Amino acid sequence: MSRMLVVSPSPHVHDKLTVPQVMEGVIIAMIPALAFAVLNFGLGAVYVTLLSVIFCVGIEYAMNRYLFNRKTTVLYDRSAIITGILLAFNVPSNLPWHIILIGAIVAIGLSKMSFGGLGNNPFNPALVARVFLLTSFPVEMTSWPVPTPTLALDGNTGATPLGILKEGARVGDTVPQMMAEMPGWMDFFWGFQGGSLGEMSAFAMLLGLAYMMLRRIISWHIPISMLLTIVVLTGAFWLYDPTQYAHPLFHILTGGVMLGAVFMATDYVTSPFTYRGMIIFGVGIGVITVFIRLFGSYPEGVSFAILVMNAFVPMINKYTKPRRYGSKTHYVKPKVVVEEKVVAS
Amino acid sequence: MSESVLYTVMILSALGAVAAVILYFVSKKFYVKEDPRIAQVEDVLPATNCGGCGYPGCNAFANAVVEQQDLSSLHCPVGGNDVMKEVADVLGIEAVEKDPYVAVIRCSGSFNNRKKTNQYDGASNCQIAAQLYSGDTACAYGCVGLSDCVDVCDFDAMYMDEVTGLPVVIEDKCTACNACVTECPKDIIELMPVGKKNQRIYVACVNEDPNSIARDICSVACTGCSDCLEQCKFDAIIVENDLAYVDQEKCKQCLKCVDVCEVRSMHSDGVPEEKIDRMRELRLKREAKEKAKREAAAQATSEADDVAVAVSPHDEKVAKIAAAKARAAERKSANTKTTGQEVISNKPKGDQPSEN
Amino acid sequence: MNLLSIFNNTKSFEMGGVHPAENKLTADEPIQVLPPPDAAVIHVAQHIGAPATITVTEGQKVRVGDVIANHTGYVSSNIHSSVSGTVENIENLLDTSGFKKTAISIRVEGDEWLPEIDRTPDLISEIKLSSEEIIERIHASGVVGLGGAAFPSHVKLNVPKDKVIDHLLLNGVECEPYLTADHRLMLEKPEELIIGIRVLMKALNVDKAIIGIENNKRDAIQLLTELTEDEEGIGVQALEVKYPQGGEKQLIKAVLGREVPSGGLPADVGVLVQNVGTTLAVYEAVQKNKPLVDRITTLTGVDVTKPGNYLVRIGTPIRDLINASGGVPEHTGKIVSGGPMMGKALPDLLVPIAKATSGILLIPESESRRAEEYNCVRCGKCVEVCPMGLEPYLLMTLSQGHNHDKSEKENVLDCIECGSCAFTCPSNRPLLDWIRLSKNNIRKAKTAKA
Repeated sequence: MSRMLVVSPSPHVHDKLTVPQVMEGVIIAMIPALAFAVLNFGLGAVYVTLLSVIFCVGIEYAMNRYLFNRKTTVLYDRSAIITGILLAFNVPSNLPWHIILIGAIVAIGLSKMSFGGLGNNPFNPALVARVFLLTSFPVEMTSWPVPTPTLALDGNTGATPLGILKEGARVGDTVPQMMAEMPGWMDFFWGFQGGSLGEMSAFAMLLGLAYMMLRRIISWHIPISMLLTIVVLTGAFWLYDPTQYAHPLFHILTGGVMLGAVFMATDYVTSPFTYRGMIIFGVGIGVITVFIRLFGSYPEGVSFAILVMNAFVPMINKYTKPRRYGSKTHYVKPKVVVEEKVVAS
Repeated sequence: MSESVLYTVMILSALGAVAAVILYFVSKKFYVKEDPRIAQVEDVLPATNCGGCGYPGCNAFANAVVEQQDLSSLHCPVGGNDVMKEVADVLGIEAVEKDPYVAVIRCSGSFNNRKKTNQYDGASNCQIAAQLYSGDTACAYGCVGLSDCVDVCDFDAMYMDEVTGLPVVIEDKCTACNACVTECPKDIIELMPVGKKNQRIYVACVNEDPNSIARDICSVACTGCSDCLEQCKFDAIIVENDLAYVDQEKCKQCLKCVDVCEVRSMHSDGVPEEKIDRMRELRLKREAKEKAKREAAAQATSEADDVAVAVSPHDEKVAKIAAAKARAAERKSANTKTTGQEVISNKPKGDQPSEN
Repeated sequence: MNLLSIFNNTKSFEMGGVHPAENKLTADEPIQVLPPPDAAVIHVAQHIGAPATITVTEGQKVRVGDVIANHTGYVSSNIHSSVSGTVENIENLLDTSGFKKTAISIRVEGDEWLPEIDRTPDLISEIKLSSEEIIERIHASGVVGLGGAAFPSHVKLNVPKDKVIDHLLLNGVECEPYLTADHRLMLEKPEELIIGIRVLMKALNVDKAIIGIENNKRDAIQLLTELTEDEEGIGVQALEVKYPQGGEKQLIKAVLGREVPSGGLPADVGVLVQNVGTTLAVYEAVQKNKPLVDRITTLTGVDVTKPGNYLVRIGTPIRDLINASGGVPEHTGKIVSGGPMMGKALPDLLVPIAKATSGILLIPESESRRAEEYNCVRCGKCVEVCPMGLEPYLLMTLSQGHNHDKSEKENVLDCIECGSCAFTCPSNRPLLDWIRLSKNNIRKAKTAKA
């Protein structure tokens, strides 16, 4: 033994799961959704996703390297790749490159790096960028190409199921009438519907969710509590008046609910620490989403709901502290019979 | 159209008026009366809130100043005498001049002087390393080198020298706020008077290991050999626990101790190296001359008488050290509260918390 | 008796916990007796409490079992010579805590034991001493908790009068990966162990004792269940394999469902926990008049040629132990005294085995350094795995900001330093390092105040 021994405080072993592996796991979980996006929107999806990832990774590296003078590598902890893919998932597949660039700057620069980088951002970067783009470029952000299983770059644009619903409600159509214009349940499930690049296929999302839960990257608490809340709330309204309100399954399968539940709300950084907190968080997102969808002026509310609940995370953390060991002893102290016992000393 | 504009303006104006009235009464009702001089004093203070004065912040210090109306026990080390003069002017009381202090690092265990014996791989923090074990060198007393003092410094007055692995104090920036002194888990940083001619003589070592061990673990460790004690004519040096210490109040900066220290753990900040070298050269010459003289005399006496040398140079040295030690002991009993001894005896060496 | 039902009827603590790779390489290695070393180094502070006062001088001859340092005050322990020979010198030497502490070095000459020590293998099952005499004997024999904490056993057994103990728990969990010393002990000395339990029950005047064993030691569970079948009041409880099942507070929760209050002792909930190794030492002290001069230790590591369980004299340099098992493997990067989760890394090989050294673990160089640290991603895994229901991420942040008052309010002193948080953190953050700093600073401030 020629070299010096290493001395460090305990523990001397470490679990296998580390941040880059977690991030890679999330990326793998997003592959099915990406595949469906390509299947639906063709090369446009590839183009947008690639651009978005390159912009995000590049901006993060540049800021780390030249603004903060940190020693870093291009991929570093892989989190910028996820932000890039998620940003792409949240935009239409025909978005011009300059808008993607603006989105990446907002996502990485404004909403992540300005707070100190990974782990310090209060809001989900991809969602901040999406909402920023939605309010800044409403036209481009809502001209969704109609899914065509061809590899065409340009295509017709059309409305999303949720958009049809909102528009129909405005002109006074009943829900069953509108549903007739839309694809069937199975199309919703597989993802043959209009919408942002990565949010159509509930099936792909479920695959991703299953993978991440298997690898213990995320727990079930946030997605399940969020989906259940949406089902229960929309179900109640639907039971009350099926002509006015859509079926709960419709709400689950359309728009960004699945994407939000699986990839957005479960973001480590912007979700609560404890299981109890996660459930409160999920329920909160569900409630806000439903209210925006049913009573708001936007057809879709998941992004807003998650961002609003992100803001509540510090407070949720404060009030859902884990139960400390020993706060309840589960022990009834017997009455002490004081008998004189000679103590050896 | 114009009607709606009118309404808007009217409503907003009314709201503003109501708010103004409420604000007016609230500010009257909750007005806190404060001595205006507190604010004036605070304006003068450097507003660093470093706590160097012993109060939690500049405001607390200002409060204390105004309350006590006496500056003899209050001093802002950051502002120094200039600021204290201004504070005195504000209050119309007399300023008390205090010697400026500066932090010194009492360890020279650089990478070269003190070889590593193991590799530390925990959180990069001196206190964490110090509570874990005796350190990544064989010296359990010296600098840990993980820059806690640099991190805690509010004035950018310290940096880690990458070549030596030791912290360096930038004298011009150091305000003697005491932050690094309390932060250092090994208690090697000490505040000293800046000193005459900006010079300070001190022992840059805190190792209390016995001679035989200390020499092996660090080439510049003070071994407590007492050579310096022997040289000092001003009783400024204390040797205790195999470690020398210079009493700054008594030191006259004659540099003899620096010159005589063979391991060079006696440091002289602000004194040019050449001067020490020159002194050493002169001393060596003088000693050589004396030696030659003695030898000649010895030869002469040995030729005359076989009983030979009455007092060998070595015996002479031993006697001198004994005398100096006796002097030190006397002084210790007379004045146990010299700054130096306080610092030495306050060190909680050897009883660092152990982890079981 | 249905064995399957024992294994299936496992219990566990509820909050948190992790599953590090077990790596019990030496579970089937019988205990070997390591001969006394050439020179033994015996520290006078091998226990919690005041260091013992040295009673020997340099040059003095000692035999095995001679008291060489006497307890200082009540919370302290006697130190006995574990070898026979001459006291060479008394100086400050590194011990397993990583600090230099006063130690007595003894040059070994022969192996002469005190005559009153019963070294025969005969079982002595009749307990002649009274409760007080048992505790006195334990005190005199220098028995301390051998599980790792090294708390003097006589202090633990001397329960305050206002507390009533109704259960004695025997800790045979050994939840630390790699270590198998307690496992082998339970397999090879079960009769002695059971008499030791009887001794402890008599000392404490309790009529119920439960041996808690993790379910990865089925042979030990089976053996002890069979042997305790006719023993009234002694039972065996299989426990789920989960770290830190063997933590005192976790064991109490798992077996009895009780929780020790914050800052309290097991006695506050009517329980007293003793490690099985300690129980064997109690048997030897009380029934065989043998002071604590040796212990069973595991020497292990993936690259070690002959990993094994050894009966070693206290004070044997770990180098001797490692040499007995084939020497230090070439690419060893770290040597740990204890298990990988809570053990202390040692700076060199001359550190001696102490009373509480349950194992020596050699970690290859490739696994001995910490991985790159990332920002906290707020995943909450540390909160999820903390067996004490604390928030390690928060405590670390508070500690880094010197905010120790706040972390005391966040129950940082409840931390048992099991290392689950740092083990699991995907960002490789040194959570426990900082939490420990907080604990130490708070304790220091408290002692300064007192």
